[in-house]
Amino acid sequence: MDVEILARIQFAFTIAFHYIYPPLSIGLGLIMVIMEGQYLRTGNKVYETLARFWTKIFALTFGIGVATGIVMEFEFGTNWATYSRYVGDVFGSALAAEGIFAFALESGFLGVLLFGWNRVSSKVHFIATLGVWLGSMFSAVWIVIANSWQQTPAGYHIVGEGVEARAEITDFWAMVFNPSSVDRLLHVWIGAFLAGAFLVLSVHAYYLLKGKHVELSKKAFKIALGVAIVFSLAQLATGHSSAEGVAENQPAKLAALEGHFDSLAVADMYLVGWVDKKEQKVTGIKVPGGLSFLTHWDFEEPVKGLNYFPEDERPTALNAIFQFYHLMVAIGMILIGLSLYAGWLWWRGRLFDHRWLLRIFVGAVLLPQVANQVGWFAAEMGRQPWVVYGHLRTSDALSKVVTANQVLFSLIMFTIVYVLLFGLFVYLLNKKIKHGPEEPKLMDKRPRQKAMVN
Amino acid sequence: MATFLGIDYPSWWFLLIGAVFSGYAILDGFDLGAGAWHLFFRKEKSRRIALNAVGPVWDGNEVWLVIGGGALFAGFPHVYATLFSAMYIPFMLFLLFLILRAISIEFRSKEEMKWWRKLWDTTYSVASIALALALGIVLGNVLQGMDIGPDKEFAGSWLEFLNPYAFLVGFTTLALFMMHGAIYLLMKTEGRLYAKLTVLLKRGIIAFVILFSITSLYTLIYIPHLSDDFKSQPALFIVPVLTFLAIANIPRLSAKRKFRQAFFFSALSIAFLLVLVAIELYPTMLLSTLDPTYSIDVYNAASSEKSLGIMLIFAAIGIPLVGGYTYFVYKTFAGKVELDEMSY
Repeated sequence: MDVEILARIQFAFTIAFHYIYPPLSIGLGLIMVIMEGQYLRTGNKVYETLARFWTKIFALTFGIGVATGIVMEFEFGTNWATYSRYVGDVFGSALAAEGIFAFALESGFLGVLLFGWNRVSSKVHFIATLGVWLGSMFSAVWIVIANSWQQTPAGYHIVGEGVEARAEITDFWAMVFNPSSVDRLLHVWIGAFLAGAFLVLSVHAYYLLKGKHVELSKKAFKIALGVAIVFSLAQLATGHSSAEGVAENQPAKLAALEGHFDSLAVADMYLVGWVDKKEQKVTGIKVPGGLSFLTHWDFEEPVKGLNYFPEDERPTALNAIFQFYHLMVAIGMILIGLSLYAGWLWWRGRLFDHRWLLRIFVGAVLLPQVANQVGWFAAEMGRQPWVVYGHLRTSDALSKVVTANQVLFSLIMFTIVYVLLFGLFVYLLNKKIKHGPEEPKLMDKRPRQKAMVN
Repeated sequence: MATFLGIDYPSWWFLLIGAVFSGYAILDGFDLGAGAWHLFFRKEKSRRIALNAVGPVWDGNEVWLVIGGGALFAGFPHVYATLFSAMYIPFMLFLLFLILRAISIEFRSKEEMKWWRKLWDTTYSVASIALALALGIVLGNVLQGMDIGPDKEFAGSWLEFLNPYAFLVGFTTLALFMMHGAIYLLMKTEGRLYAKLTVLLKRGIIAFVILFSITSLYTLIYIPHLSDDFKSQPALFIVPVLTFLAIANIPRLSAKRKFRQAFFFSALSIAFLLVLVAIELYPTMLLSTLDPTYSIDVYNAASSEKSLGIMLIFAAIGIPLVGGYTYFVYKTFAGKVELDEMSY
């Protein structure tokens, strides 16, 4: 295999694995902030017990998130040196901002969040939890800005020609608020809230089914369900707004998402389908003119199809992009249905009456995770063949001095390590869940030992 | 070219990135050093205390590496791209050990089984040692220079990075961090572990002083280009003198068991050593051994003035904030380690 395909597989694999964890940190962070806030407000110990329990699970996801995240920062330089030279002036500043404004906040307060329970007051602890959560939110801000700049570059100019060409920043705020960053950031944030909420729902549904920690689980389930209802609906809005942005700024990607080939024709919207790239045809259940309607509010208005673009400026993995995109949308709809139905039962006072519903919630933890993954796959594969849309091709972005064997070596290394890591993660997560929350022992309020050695 | 306080932007960034990497070396240096000693502690309780001495802070310390990497990418994209792609295999191994260290801290105390704890204790210690060595090896190669071609791309083989000088700097770094880590642990422990550490620290200091002397001599004799700046500007000799004084204070204060002050001086020594490195390099960042005109320096590698200016604002806002969080965390966990149900 050549360097390009290996480097792309490596990047996809390491980022996809990494992306299991940050959404959980962001989503669990939100729920822990709510739990601790409730504790401060009501003084009810149950909320503290819950917050302590979720802190332990948070520690696990956060730890792996950090360890696999540093890999990403290094990989730009190791595997994509030409890309790094090209975008450093613009992309690098977003990455540096993430480090200094977000990651430092997150990791700084993490120590207090994890180990400070018996050392600081509950107010200070709440501030630490809030700090960690905001830090993880800010991380998403800068990373999504950096990625969105690759999708819809703005606030820059190109200096130099040929191999010397590189992007230089001209307007920082135009770069930050490039045409896709706000929509995509909201979409990513909410995807993360749902990942966290459904993990909490899953674990507490499991306890309810087992008849363990019942009172506490009911409270936690309701908090998470509230988050799920609000944000599964909100995700529909941000998703739609994102798609409108794609229609405007990345028409070739939009055409790939819906498998729309004809260069200028009324475009259909598929609920499910299968793309035959050779025959340029999609078989499936469709809403005729649906895509035209969603982009122009008119069923008759033509939309640019793939054939409108030169062949070397179209994404290639058409069926995969189509399937990933449609899977994401379908999961979004399922999450809305599930949350609303449970919300309705809650309103009727019968939320915990149906065991089958709780069973569904136990398994539903995987849905937002899958949606987050396939959504990113559709976004990134849909951007191809560009790494910076319209400017730098992925095939031109590689490190010139790195050989296929070197990439293969690191790919095998990451595969082995990540498989082990994932196994351990699942094992320990399962163990913590089985162990469950515990009433805190009498608080240890010994004064801190101040005496030093000298 | 725009300047701030009479210094141009690329030079400011050289200084800032140098400061961030010094911060990283001082902070993660003691974590790595503590990790390197880990297997010297025999008792389960001692190991847990040592691990929890770095427990609440190691992650925050690692952030300095992330900031440094990001700042290098943003400030000097060519240095970031050339160095990282040239050192592909060493950096991949570095990442591997970084992951292994993180997860061994995380996983070690999650199970009671003896083999489990032994496995993660060993992984933790080996990874810490490997990371300290790797940082030194990278530094050694940067000091010596590497085969950089006219297109700013590395033109050699990565096996060149495994040379005697790089290993010498690597082992010196390891010894420095172990000395630094032992002093940190002495501030955080009491009883038998404390007594044991006083003995280990003595050995650490001796090892560091010997290795540091050899490295200094080797540098002066075999890598003369690194002392050029000192010959042309004798006033700079103040830096090696201060470095020497800072190092000399470490055994003096350790003998008096004033470990807090000793820690201050070992942190200062690390900072001075990196100031020495900065003076030796500046304005070059990656020296080409093929032809000095191919070298990558702060000017031909820097991002645009606009970008550097924006990030100077970031730094002005961000660094006091980071300082604030760091102070808060260290204050919260000041004093001897106490284990509780949330500990590692």
